[in-house]
Amino acid sequence: MASVDTTTNAGQLLAAASGGRRRRGDRIFSRTAVLAALTVLLLLAGVAIFLLSEGYPALTASASELPQGKTFLDYVAPLAFGTVLAAALAALVAVPLAVAAALFITHVAPPKIALTLGYLVDLLAAIPSIIYGLWGIFVLGPAAVPVMKWLEEKLGFIPIFEGPASVTGRTMLVVGLVLAVMILPIVSAVAREAFAQAPRRLQEGAQALGATRWEMIRMTVLPFGRSSVISGAMLGLGRALGETMAVTIILSVSGAVTFNLISQANPSTIAANIALNFPESSGLAINALIATGLVLFAITLVTNMGARAIIARANQE
Amino acid sequence: MESSVQTADAFGPDQPSRLLASGLGWRRRSVNTLMMVLIAGAFALAMIPLFSLIFEVAKRGIPGLSAEFFTEDARGAIGGAGGASHAIMGTLIITAVASVISVPIGIMAAIYLNEYGEGRLRRALTFFVDVMTGIPSIVAGLFAYALFEIFFGPGIRLGVMGSVALSLLMIPIVIRSAEEVLKIVPNHLREAAYALGTPKWKTITKVVLPTAFAGLVTGVMIAIARIVGETAPLLVTTGVVDSMNTDPFNGRMQNLAVYAYNEYRSPGVMKQASYDKAWAAALTLIAIVMILNIAARLVYRRYKTEIR
Repeated sequence: MASVDTTTNAGQLLAAASGGRRRRGDRIFSRTAVLAALTVLLLLAGVAIFLLSEGYPALTASASELPQGKTFLDYVAPLAFGTVLAAALAALVAVPLAVAAALFITHVAPPKIALTLGYLVDLLAAIPSIIYGLWGIFVLGPAAVPVMKWLEEKLGFIPIFEGPASVTGRTMLVVGLVLAVMILPIVSAVAREAFAQAPRRLQEGAQALGATRWEMIRMTVLPFGRSSVISGAMLGLGRALGETMAVTIILSVSGAVTFNLISQANPSTIAANIALNFPESSGLAINALIATGLVLFAITLVTNMGARAIIARANQE
Repeated sequence: MESSVQTADAFGPDQPSRLLASGLGWRRRSVNTLMMVLIAGAFALAMIPLFSLIFEVAKRGIPGLSAEFFTEDARGAIGGAGGASHAIMGTLIITAVASVISVPIGIMAAIYLNEYGEGRLRRALTFFVDVMTGIPSIVAGLFAYALFEIFFGPGIRLGVMGSVALSLLMIPIVIRSAEEVLKIVPNHLREAAYALGTPKWKTITKVVLPTAFAGLVTGVMIAIARIVGETAPLLVTTGVVDSMNTDPFNGRMQNLAVYAYNEYRSPGVMKQASYDKAWAAALTLIAIVMILNIAARLVYRRYKTEIR
């Protein structure tokens, strides 16, 4: 449609336009594009710079000036521990499920419904995190209480299930499960893309040689998608590290540093700690929270850059 | 799950795979069946939360929905009275301002990447856009706060701060989707325009962008759907308030996500009424997100340019 009138326009232009005017238009437009590109880079640099400048006072402050009377390192360490624990738990649960879901969509389900199934998985990513939080505390948490009671009784000898089991469901285990649901679509999307691109020749060859469908998947599809699955897992991990509202709402925090997943006393996470304390804080406490944000930014940055590097290398091969 | 080998259709109706399968060892066959069941089971397991979530939000959200919810704010409201109109309006304004910031920057940056970019700047932008998609939303909020604090002093809360925070999350999504769409505009269209002597910027604005228009709109709608429910960055930038505020540059501004969080976190005297409102706000948010997603698909299907 548009190309039709453009053709005539262009013809007139060619006849009428002086070279100088055309070049000026080009110059303005291309500079605007470069400007937009630079703005984006500047914005990212700005994140680091402003967090650093507003977080710096807390990094240098003495213990007595900071919240809880601890030095910044002592303040952030348990939070970082909680952040990594929750995210690792989520990734541990989500990655196998996501890989299986991706395999189901690409290689097991009838091709006719595969697209719809993929859309359903993507839908999980569209749901706002606040709603996952409400679902976690009102639905999954209460449902998990008897399960955690059972875990304490039967598997209590394992430190992570030591208990005493929470009666409200506001535990690290529930948080990990909710985060797992939240990152599943990301991991699954990356895996799906790779599995769908696995070379057909190899798959057909394997089947021609009499491999079962599982053998075909294990020998041709999985090895092909391995690096994508790893990078997808890291992207999911990065998302789980920074996830705020679900943790803020669900987790009952005490600041304890523990691997115990089913008790009422849990370490908080960096993001949840900010969301819980920022609105009512002032002065140096704000600086301290921003500095913890900087630590979170650094952790997620390293995780994501690692994931991207793996993807880039896999694409080259 | 069938344990038989998938066959190419070329083998015809004789189904040699059945013959092959019957010759398979019991072990291999049962391993195959087991794995297929596990894979299908894992998928089903992953879907349970989705259906449970949508079901619960609908079930618990509907009681809180009323005309009042959409028409009144919560100023001075006690005992379960009051609505969320201020939060709905706030969500609309904050999201609109964020879009006004993000869409031009995002699309121009995508044009740079696809039409102009080369060398180090292009590589850097591609890489850092990927990095940007991974920024935790709370960090985006802290960034906006730190930025405005320098100019307006500590404790500052404005609607536009939330928009800036959301822009940081929205820009990389817009760039990614716009880049994908621009990439599939065939080169022969550009070449035809050049051959007619059209300058590059006119080629882009009159040929490339109109061809990609439906895809661009779809991408922007999906980006809006992604940020409209963000809570954490707004919690630290726009503040909490009970009354209507339509000026993003002056004073605190409520929004649906923070409203839902607040009704849950600090319920009023009538706890259940507050929870009902939190769920009603959640339902409204999910409805907005779903409508945006579906509308984005419809726009694409209806208006996409057929490229031959």
